[in-house]
Amino acid sequence: MVLGRLFRRRSQPDAQLEQGLEKTRRGVFLEITRLFDRSTIDEELYEDLEMLLIQADVGWDVSQKLVAELRARVARDRSTVPAEAREILREEMISLLELATRNRKVKILQRGVPFVVMVVGVNGVGKTTTIAKLAAYHQRFGRSVMLAAGDTFRAAAIDQLKVWGERQGVPVIAHHQGADPGAVVFDAMQAAHARGADVLIVDTAGRLQTKHNLMAELSKLRKIMQRHVEDAPQEVLLVIDATTGQNGLVQAKAFADSVDITDIMIAKLDGTAKGGIAFSVAKELGTPISYVGTGERATDLAEFKPETYVDSLFFGVGDGL
Amino acid sequence: MFESLSDRLNETFGRLSRKGRLTEADVDEAMREVRRALLEADVNFKVVKDFVAAVRVRAVGQDVLRSLTPAQTAIGIVNEELVNVLGAEREELRAPERPPQILMLVGLQGSGKTTHAAKLAIHLRKGGRNPLLVAADVYRPAAINQLQALGKQVNVPVYEEGTSKSPVDIAANALRFARERGHNPVIVDTAGRLQIDERLMQELVDIRDRIAPTEILLVADAMTGQEAVGVAEAFHRRLDVSGLILTKMDGDARGGAALSIRAVTGVPIKFIGTGEKLDALEPFYPERLAGRILGMGDVLSLIERAQEQTDEGEAQRLQDRMLKGQFNLEDFLDQLQKIKKMGPLTQLLDMIPGLGGQLRQAKAQISDDDYKQVEAIIFSMTPQERRRPELIGNRRRKRIARGSGTSPAQVNQLLSQFREMQKMMSQMGKMAKKGKLPANMPFDF
Ligand SMILES: Nc1nc2c(ncn2[C@@H]2O[C@H](COP(=O)(O)OP(=O)(O)OP(=O)(O)O)[C@@H](O)[C@H]2O)c(=O)[nH]1
Ligand SMILES: [Mg+2]
Repeated sequence: MVLGRLFRRRSQPDAQLEQGLEKTRRGVFLEITRLFDRSTIDEELYEDLEMLLIQADVGWDVSQKLVAELRARVARDRSTVPAEAREILREEMISLLELATRNRKVKILQRGVPFVVMVVGVNGVGKTTTIAKLAAYHQRFGRSVMLAAGDTFRAAAIDQLKVWGERQGVPVIAHHQGADPGAVVFDAMQAAHARGADVLIVDTAGRLQTKHNLMAELSKLRKIMQRHVEDAPQEVLLVIDATTGQNGLVQAKAFADSVDITDIMIAKLDGTAKGGIAFSVAKELGTPISYVGTGERATDLAEFKPETYVDSLFFGVGDGL
Repeated sequence: MFESLSDRLNETFGRLSRKGRLTEADVDEAMREVRRALLEADVNFKVVKDFVAAVRVRAVGQDVLRSLTPAQTAIGIVNEELVNVLGAEREELRAPERPPQILMLVGLQGSGKTTHAAKLAIHLRKGGRNPLLVAADVYRPAAINQLQALGKQVNVPVYEEGTSKSPVDIAANALRFARERGHNPVIVDTAGRLQIDERLMQELVDIRDRIAPTEILLVADAMTGQEAVGVAEAFHRRLDVSGLILTKMDGDARGGAALSIRAVTGVPIKFIGTGEKLDALEPFYPERLAGRILGMGDVLSLIERAQEQTDEGEAQRLQDRMLKGQFNLEDFLDQLQKIKKMGPLTQLLDMIPGLGGQLRQAKAQISDDDYKQVEAIIFSMTPQERRRPELIGNRRRKRIARGSGTSPAQVNQLLSQFREMQKMMSQMGKMAKKGKLPANMPFDF
């Protein structure tokens, strides 16, 4: 019982991620395989690799560094076999992403105290859908979940969340469109307390990180939560669209600066984008990347695992493809 | 975080010119910088390759090697080529052979289709027309409610049949409805979808075949990375897209995706979306996007908006004062009041070029809510203080704070922000004098 309420992130089967990523892998991974399928390690290999990484949105800077490191290690190990270089690259990429997972904190759910999750991000990245996924995720652990319709700005955002609430069978605390999000959060905190909800997930309106006043609003919401629960929100989840290019890093930085994000979710990995921005985010910020989104259904969420990410998006190993 | 390409090229050529004559190899080095700048702006790597090759030919053949200001000449060429690819001429929406004009919006999930359907409706209504919005997204929860709410907000009728009918039938019925009631244009909002979702892509083809739209507009997010090309190609291959709407341009993404899409599909960019408000829809100007991709800000938009509020002589005078570092708090107040009419302050600041490191921070401290406070502070100054802010010492600061209902620290903050701004303006002025701005910027500094 008590153990069951410990909020350890248990590992979930990866089948779902694997499945979701299936479509994605084809492109880049085939090319990476082909890239190392040659007799010697030559200059062309490095050049092509750099292009492949850039094509995956890894970004100029990080791509350069990855390639430079690969060169250095190949020289040091006196490797001449491309297959060895391939393995070195894979390790490097995984350890880069581990920069973004080793800072993950174990989260503990306390009896009688709602675990508050605030979901933030720029417009249209998949915040509201992610909330449905998180609700399902927590429900799988037997936790009672409540949602707060903190996006009072976008037309029908409240209705959208309510539809998900109904589908998942969880209550949604909502005011009308145009209401003060702070008031919604206030009510939701009270309701979560009163009804003894284990988890309260708060939707917020999409905002571009350049809008200073909207960014400041997020800290206000945090303060309101803290009136009820000292360390709320225990999770501040930034959703980044996997299709995003180099602006993804700018987004992560800005949101980290203004709301102390604790976790990142890379959504829409079921598309063809490779989500390479995860590497620069890991390298530059080290903010934990915790989840990936692989579709439009509430079950399309998986935990982020560096090895699975690298293997299924770049190397296509570990499955029968 | 990004240095502008012009800074980098100046550095490169500066280093090179010290050793004497420039060679083709030197141009190659410069081209590496161009390549990097474009990749950092999310231009697709294949497009970058072709683009750089084209620029290189011109750079070697042309004057760069002989030029006294090779960086400037190179930037000029890059800029011109960018504009060429982006499409030098502005393209309007097509007119239908016979009304109604039918616009069909397609794209990935979350790119901004629904909002832009509503934006287009009010934009096109300006000509006294009677638009109809059509809710053909039956998949995303509450997508129909969203369009209805927007329609209500701008007072444009929305045709919908709930979520149980097929989008193909809904679109066809909507068209019949529009013909009966004389609606024109008809704007069809479709559900976001992945270009690899065969079933949903076929659905779009079916809708198209049923309603024969005048335009199929691909709505793409300015923040999109390398996959923009794959996505656009797929939509174009299946649907023969006729135009592009680039959204979320009020952010700080460099927008290289647009260049890639245009280069690969040849589809013209017809509008850009610059905000969540429903009037934030602007025509596309290639020079501006070129400048933005190169990290040179969007001075043109800024100046154009300023001109809407100012007569030409005054604008010229103001520009001179700015660039000579003579811009004072009185000018600032005057501008502030005009700016209020131009749009959100934060958005305007985003258009200023070279808004690098420290300035971004200064900017981060300014928000639209500060308009009033800033005004109050300046109003509490004497005219002399406005013209010469350096006069403001401790005592005056306290008085101004009291007068404006703020704190001396807030007064200080404004003054230091103002000094930053002045510094930046005079830097721009120097930059202009040294010819670091592209030759074909259509205004004289
Ligand atoms: N393919 C795919 N689509 C997704 C995923 N997550 C969300 N979406 C879709 O993306 C679109 C936007 O998602 P929302 O959840 O409304 O995004 P949001 O960030 O809440 O949007 P705003 O509140 O408007 O800023 C919807 O059509 C979702 O179905 C995902 O992992 N994969
Ligand atoms: Mg939302």
